[in-house]
This record gives sequence, structure tokens and C-alpha cells, in this order.
Amino acid sequence: MFTKRLNQLLLYATRRILKDTSGYKGALKAFLEAHNIGAGDIVVVKTDKDEYKGTVIPRYEYASQDFLTLKLPNGYNIGVEFNKIRSIKLVEEHAPPAFAPQHLTAPKKGLPKAVIISTGGTIASRVDYRTGGVRPALSASDLLSVVPELGDIAQVDADLLFSIYSENMTFSHWSKLSERIYNYIKEGYNGVVVTHGTDTMGYAAAALSFALHKTPIPILLVGSQRSSDRPSSDAASNLIAAMVTSLKAPFSGVYVSMHEWVSDERISIHVGTKVRKLHTSRRDAFKSINTSPVAVYKDGELNVLRNDLPKRGVSDDFRIFPKFEEKVSLIKFYPGFDPSIIESLYQKGYKGLVLEGTGLGHVNKLTADSLKKLIRDGFIVCMTSQCIYGRVRLTVYDTGRDLLDAGVLPLEDMLPETAFVKLSWCLGNFEREEVSKMMRSNIANEYNSRLLLEEVE
Amino acid sequence: MNTIPDCSLKRLSRVSYDKVELKTGLEIHQQLDVGTKLFCDCPTIETDVAHTKILRRLRPTQSELGQIDPAALYEFKKKKFNVYLYNQTSACLVECDEEPPHPINMNAVKAAITVALALDSKVVRELHVMRKIVIDGSNTTGFQRTVLIALGGSLKVDGMDIPVQTISLEEDAARIIEEKENYRVFSLDRLGVPLVEIALAPTTVDPVTVERIALELGRLLRLTKLVARGLGTIRQDLNVSVHDFKPSEVKGVQRLDLIPKVIEYEAKRQDYLFKVSNELKAKGLTAEKAIGTYVDVTKLLEDVSSQIVKKALKEDKTIYAIKLVGFRGLLGREPFPDVRLGLELADVARAHGLGGVLHSDELPGYGISKEEVKRIERVLKVREDDGFYLVFASSDDEEALNAIRRRAIAFFEGPIPETRGPLADGRTKYSRPRPGAARMYPETDIPLIKVTDELINECMTRVPKPWIEVLNYYVTTYHLNEKLATQILDSNYLSLFEKACSETNLSPTFLAVSLTELIVSLTREGVDTSFLDDVRLLELFKLVDSGQVSKESVLDVMRYMCQNKVGSEAALKAMGIKAISEEVLRSIILRVIDSNIRLVEAQKERSFGALMGLVMREVRGKVDGKKVSTVLREEIKNRLESKR
Ligand SMILES: [Zn+2]
Repeated sequence: MFTKRLNQLLLYATRRILKDTSGYKGALKAFLEAHNIGAGDIVVVKTDKDEYKGTVIPRYEYASQDFLTLKLPNGYNIGVEFNKIRSIKLVEEHAPPAFAPQHLTAPKKGLPKAVIISTGGTIASRVDYRTGGVRPALSASDLLSVVPELGDIAQVDADLLFSIYSENMTFSHWSKLSERIYNYIKEGYNGVVVTHGTDTMGYAAAALSFALHKTPIPILLVGSQRSSDRPSSDAASNLIAAMVTSLKAPFSGVYVSMHEWVSDERISIHVGTKVRKLHTSRRDAFKSINTSPVAVYKDGELNVLRNDLPKRGVSDDFRIFPKFEEKVSLIKFYPGFDPSIIESLYQKGYKGLVLEGTGLGHVNKLTADSLKKLIRDGFIVCMTSQCIYGRVRLTVYDTGRDLLDAGVLPLEDMLPETAFVKLSWCLGNFEREEVSKMMRSNIANEYNSRLLLEEVE
Repeated sequence: MNTIPDCSLKRLSRVSYDKVELKTGLEIHQQLDVGTKLFCDCPTIETDVAHTKILRRLRPTQSELGQIDPAALYEFKKKKFNVYLYNQTSACLVECDEEPPHPINMNAVKAAITVALALDSKVVRELHVMRKIVIDGSNTTGFQRTVLIALGGSLKVDGMDIPVQTISLEEDAARIIEEKENYRVFSLDRLGVPLVEIALAPTTVDPVTVERIALELGRLLRLTKLVARGLGTIRQDLNVSVHDFKPSEVKGVQRLDLIPKVIEYEAKRQDYLFKVSNELKAKGLTAEKAIGTYVDVTKLLEDVSSQIVKKALKEDKTIYAIKLVGFRGLLGREPFPDVRLGLELADVARAHGLGGVLHSDELPGYGISKEEVKRIERVLKVREDDGFYLVFASSDDEEALNAIRRRAIAFFEGPIPETRGPLADGRTKYSRPRPGAARMYPETDIPLIKVTDELINECMTRVPKPWIEVLNYYVTTYHLNEKLATQILDSNYLSLFEKACSETNLSPTFLAVSLTELIVSLTREGVDTSFLDDVRLLELFKLVDSGQVSKESVLDVMRYMCQNKVGSEAALKAMGIKAISEEVLRSIILRVIDSNIRLVEAQKERSFGALMGLVMREVRGKVDGKKVSTVLREEIKNRLESKR
């Protein structure tokens, strides 16, 4: 009896302390605290003329601090001017939403084991309509409740590895991610899907492509261009396609699974080293560059378009090379480019650079002269094209021949971003002498020697 | 049994509305005419051609504790996908849900605030755009963006104060083009058009007064000159309830004269359902005891001659039957036209893509014989007082079967809250369950909008004067009679009328008649007058003003324009109405006088009548009659004088 009461008191005490006034600052925050009111509480606010009853809602971080946000009983949010408020009264206390786990049906026996590793892109979210909060679905049960189809495909585990925006990804995140994937595959998982923010998913796909050597199964990166709290989100369909591909595709390697076009019909599977985000917002932002997608998923079926990929199956040489050198850079050349930018990189201890040259892979005379000196001193300079599509060719014009002479490495049709990741990876895992040769050899389908015309319907 | 309940409602009177405790809430959705859409820079125009099609599926997002909205679940379980028709003129990536929304259209915000001020409503000083979950496919995002503009206020109608609940600004939904069993087709042109939504508090006034309220509210909106005009630019939703039950919402009533009919039908239907629930309870029945479970009776009907059954069996459907204890006579009983339990069940079946239901009160029938009915009754253990219904369903229609059964169970609850659609004659039809509490969360892509005093003051200057003052203004300023002034104010052409009055020398009465009575008469002829937009009509009036078209032929030119979809100039050319200059007119008149010189000499000025007829025969429609008479009189006078 006594302990029960004590617990109640403790609970009350913690709730008092935990009153959530997030987003509110200064006088308004103090006002709420003085009345022991926090987000989720139902209050009656009186102003000079009016009276509002509603739920206190956290304030956006950057919103003005002159208003209190209330959610009215009809579901609408409004802002009530703070300096007009005469009184506030707590009507009903409410704990912040708990997002209780879903009731989970037991995983179906006989299905393969798969894992979804989350890096921060919210592939599945749940909305608290009482306060308007959106929370990512983190656990396997959350995920299954939002995308129940997964439960028919595999026994799915969920692993929350990072919780960061994809622009905050670093080299060390790629290392940790590749190690985690390696361990899951060694444990016998038949499918590995990585959810990732789309902004830097292309870089991450390249990083994993190099770091994971001869994987026995395909590893799929997947993102969404419409966040998953929306009914129209592309997250679920991309995720299902990724899971099916990872479990069933006849090839191995690292791939990206995203919408082929803006319809929710076909999901393209792209080679991890040859895929790039080409649109800021469209669902079909990801395109294979200088090659075509390797497979298309539609209505539960995976249609494989290429047969020259490494085969799925037991790999006798599955290894990881998870290190990345941080002192590398990616620079786009432009008219009037000042080569001292590159020189200062070298002085700061940078070991190499990928250039996005113009057209076939050119830079101005001044830069070419400067590069010659730097390369002589051991700096590595790789050439890609800012055209994105096509191959660099340094033998066509004098400028190009000068660069070749200087020791610039022409990287054919490799994507600038992939080249940047590859240079970092080469320098991270191998001796300096090997790097030039490795940069020029095809390790993870980053080169395509045959560029084709697209089919016209 | 077969006791007919109190049918005094057949002609509903004020008293009977009180008796059923009728309450009606009116919601008006009015498109704004502010140039562009609410969250992108697309023009608000309708387009017919589709440049491309997009296929999408919506997925209900789950709220905490796994709460699922009944309407959302219903839509998801129907497994429909959506096809969106896209035209480059009327939509961009925003409508396709392929680009974040642009900042809110401030002209639309100002228009909504102006409406709020006109209704004496309290304007919210910081606006929050919300996402309201709607997953019937009419929004590509799966939600409708909506913002609460103001709370409270009132509309004055015939001395009554009708309280306003809320005024909000929202994006219009995509236009439904086609509904098929497993997909819907929408056009994206209407998606994102700004709408102001005015929700009035439920009132106990009679249905005709509700129509009157809607008319007055529509007038007030049009007086702001900020709203779109024409068919489909204003829609009424009606929340109708009886005996304090939860209301059913009839969505999308487009014509005002339908409002009283819809309310009357709903009052009768809901009151009947209320009486039936009491009747069932009076029989000592409960839903658990009365509503059976589905029994597969396919085998019993395998060799019948019924075409319906044969067709169902051919489509590999299973025939399910369910016993309804104590329902004999109840399913087919129809106290008012199209108010019966059988129809309630059939509507739910059809909304789920099934053909309908067959029930015991209409069997034997539909080619099913007495003997076959007996067989079914034996299997179901149906006794004298009991009824049953049959459904033809495929293996994946489980949700449909459950929904029909749930509807039957709800006969014990009285009228249940539903979303319904109006039919052309004022009856209503079930469309889906009513959504639960509004599922809203903030639209984080749009910053909060502060409503400053300056903004309020700016809108205040645009608040229209009361109707009666405006009417008087038009009567005195334009010398219109009150009927004509009312007509032009209620028409879709008020702005054009004013423009034409200031840009031409034509009489306001002529313009008002042309814009109201002439166009109405064309509509009565069955001519689609939607082609007559402001620009085309003003062009026509300018031709009349410059004497190139006579006033008499305006109706014919309008008709020709509508039927052939051509502008006024082209219509004139094609119709051979080439306006006659005064010179030509004079020469025609001189010729007519010459050839009738004896008549002129004999009858002097009195010859005018006869000559006028002869001249008009040649120039009718090509020159104004008044002009003809002036010139003719002049010339007769000249001739007679020169003779002297
Ligand atoms: Zn647009």
C-alpha cells in the first residue's frame, strides 16, 4: 500500500519535472512553467476579449516567441498572442504521447531472416494527431505495423544505428555501417536493407560498394523523397522492393532501390557506384548514370535486366575494408578558377583530390601548371567531368594532353562522387603506391566501358 | 406484423420537423478567384487534355496506439489505386506531390480574412497551416492543407442571427473524372484552388430556411468580388440529424434548390431508422440474437434459371445468405419513396463494389422461385417472422460482407453517422463511414503566418456593405428596377456588368437583361452557356456599342457563340450579320422611299409604319431598330420638304 502511494508520488514528481515546454523560450516559457503547464496539457486561455480551450502544442524552434500554440478541439492549431493573454487554467493534464508499441503478430516461421538498419532517414513514421508530433517508427514492431507487408516477406529485425540527417554523415559513419552490415551477414541474415536520407545516399552506396568485398547477398540502400508520415509517401514501396531484392535477387553487391518514375508502379534497382540524385524533390530523383538499372520491381516481381553482375551465394572471400581517408576533396572547376585553392588543400595535408573538369575533363592552363607541381610532390589528382553523363578523354585536346603529362588520373565514366569516395577508400585501406592503379581498375562496377544509346519507345 | 410506423411525415410540416428534432448544419465551400492556387503558382483554370497520367497508392498513416480512422481504414481496405490526369497548363510538380508547397497565396489569405470580417468572426492572429488526412485519393498528398482563419461570428438572415462556427481556408481537391471498381481517375486541374470554408452552427430552422441562409451566405461571398463564379465553384455540405443522434453529412450539394429536398429526405430516412430501432427493441430483439452469420448457399442455387444468379456463378462468386430474426416485412417496407432497410444494405454493398443484396421481402423474384427460397430458408432455419438477405461476393470481398452485416446490426441503433452523396432529385446515397475526429497535424513545410493589424485594416476596407444597401446602390446608380438589380447581383456576371457599364455607352438595363434574362433563356433552351466568359461577353457588348451588332441580335449571337465555341467577331462573320453603316442604311432607306414614292406622297408621315417594315426586312439584325426609325423619319421628312 505504502509503496504504491510512493510510486504515485514519484510519478507525479517526475511528471512535474518533465513538463515539456520545448520550443518555448523567455517570458512565455517562464509563464508556462509558472502555471505548471506543458505540451499535451488541455488549458483554457483567456485574452482581453476571447476565450480558447485547447491542447498546448510545442513551438517550432524558429517560430516567433510572441504566440502560444494551441490545438483546438476541432483539430486546428492556432497561435494566441502572448501579450493578450490574461489568464491560463489547466483543465486536464496529459503525459506526452508515449507511442506504445504495436501488438505484434509472431513472425511467420519458415521465412528468411532480414534486418533493416536505420541511419536516420525516417522510412516509417507515426503521427500523434493529438499533439501533431511525428515520430519515426524505430522498432521492428513499429515498422511492421506501418509496413505490414514486410511480415509476409521475412522475419524482420530492426536496428537503429544512427539518427542523423544524411548531410551530417561522415567517413566514420560509413566505416561503422559497413562493419555492422558485415556482422549481420556473418550471423546468417539473408537480407540487409539500409534506410538512408536521400541527400547523400549516393555517396553512402559507393562507400559500401567498396568497403564490402565480395558480399554473398545484395545489400540495398533505400530512402524516400516524401516523408513517411504522409499517406503518399514513397517509403513503403521503396522499402518493400529493397527487401524483396535483398532476399531474392540472383546477384550480390550494393544497390539503391528508388522509384523509377513519379508513379507508384515500378521501383528501379541501381548499382551503388553509378547512381546519383538528380532532382531535389521528385520521387524518381535517383538515376543510373552511364548505365541502366540492374532490375525493376513491380507488383511483387523482380525483373532482372543484367546477367553480368556478381552472383549471389556463398562467398569464400567475403571481407571488409572499412577505412576511409578524410584528407581528400572533391572540387568543381569553373571559369576563372584559382589554383591556390588546391595548393592550400595540399598545404593542409590533403592527400588527393577529385576534380570535376569541364567537358571531356579540362581545367585552365594556370590550374594545369599548378597541378603538375603538386602531383610531382605526391598529391593525387583524379579527373571526372562536370557533365555527369559521358566519359572523360584527355587525349583529344592539348589541355587534356598536358594534364595527362602532369600525371592526372582520368577516371573515364566514373561519377565524381563515386570517385571521391573511392579515393578516400583507397587511401584509407591501401599503400600509397597502389592507389593510382586501384583508382584506374574496376572494383565495384564503377566503370562501364560500353556507353549505349537509350532505347526510344 | 407489417405495422407501418407513424407516417405523418409524408408532408412534413414545421411541427413534424420539431417532432423529429431536426437539426441542420450548413457548410459552404466557395472557390476564391485570386489568380493562382493556394500553394503554387498555377492558374486556376479547368483543362480537358491530359499530357500524362500518374498512378499512385495511398497508405493510411497510423496514429499512436494503433488508432485507425474508420474512413481511412475503409478506403485502404477497398485497395483502390488512383490515376491522376496531368495537364501542364493547370498543374505543376506541387499538385503531383513532387515538390514542396510554395509559400501560401497571401491574396487568398486576405480574401478569407475579408469574408471573416464580413461575418463578424474573430480572426486568428497567427495562422497555422494543417494537414487534414484524406485518403480517398482526391489529394495526391493524402491530406488536404487547411488553415483556420477565424472563429465565431454570425450571419444575419431575415432578422435571425445564424451563428458561425469556423472560417477556414483550404485547398480544393482534385476533380473526380471516373470511378472504377479498383481505381479512381482524377484531374489535377482543380487540386490546390483556394477555397474558403464557412461552417455554420447546427440550427433547428426548417429546410426552406436553410436554403435561404445558403442564398444569403452566397450573396455575401459574391459581394466581396473575391470569389469564383459559375457551376462547381460553390458547394454546400449539410449535416443533418434527428432526435440528437450523430449527424450524417451530405457532401457536395451544388444547387441551392436541392437543399430543402435533401434535408427533407434525410429527416424522413433518419426518423424512420430511429422508429425501426425502437420497433425492433419493442419486439424484444437484440442485434446479437437477430443478425446471423454468413452461410454459403451457392450449392442450393447452382441450377436456378435466374439471370443474376447465373451471372454471379459465372464470375466464380459465392452466394452468401444471412438470417435476420424478426425482420420479415421490414426489409422491403417503404414508408416514403426510397426509404427502406433493404436499400440501406444494398447501398453499403454497392459502395464496396458489389452489385447489391437480394432480401427476403423481394423473393421469390429475380428469377428465384418459391421452391428455391424455401430451400434457403430451410438451411438458414428461417421461421415465419424472420427474414434474410443474399450477397454475391468473391473471395476477396470479406470486408464488403462484414460492412453489410455491420449495417444490419446498426438497425438496432437508429440513424448512424455516415457520409452521403446527394442525387439529382434530392435523395441521398451512402458513400462511406464518417471520419473519426479530424486527423490533423501541422504542415511543417509552410511557415506560420502572423496576422498583423495592418493586414486586418487592409481587409476591413474590402468588407462589402450589407446586401440591402448594395441593392439600393445598384437600383439608384444604374436605374435598374429591383428585380433586375437582384438578378444581376445574384448572377455570375456582376463584375462584368460594372465593367461594361463603364466601358460602353450601352444602357445598364440592356446590359443587365442581356447578362441575366438572355443567358437564362439560353440555358432553358438547353444551350451550354459556360463558353460565355467575361472577356467574350465584353467583346460582344463593345460590338453592340459601336453599332456593329444590333441589340436585337445579341441573343442569336450569344447562342451561335455557345453552340460553335467561337468569339463574337467570328460569330458575326459566320452568321452573315455584317453591321450596316449609317451611310449604307441611308441609301437603303432612300431606295425604299423611291420605290414607294406614291405611298409617301399619298400618306405623308403616316407612311412611316409601312416603310419601316420594308426597311427592317432588309436590315434586321444588322442595325439597331431605333437607328432605323430615326433615319427613316428624317428621310421621309426630307423627301416631303423637297417636294414642297
Ligand atoms: Zn501548381
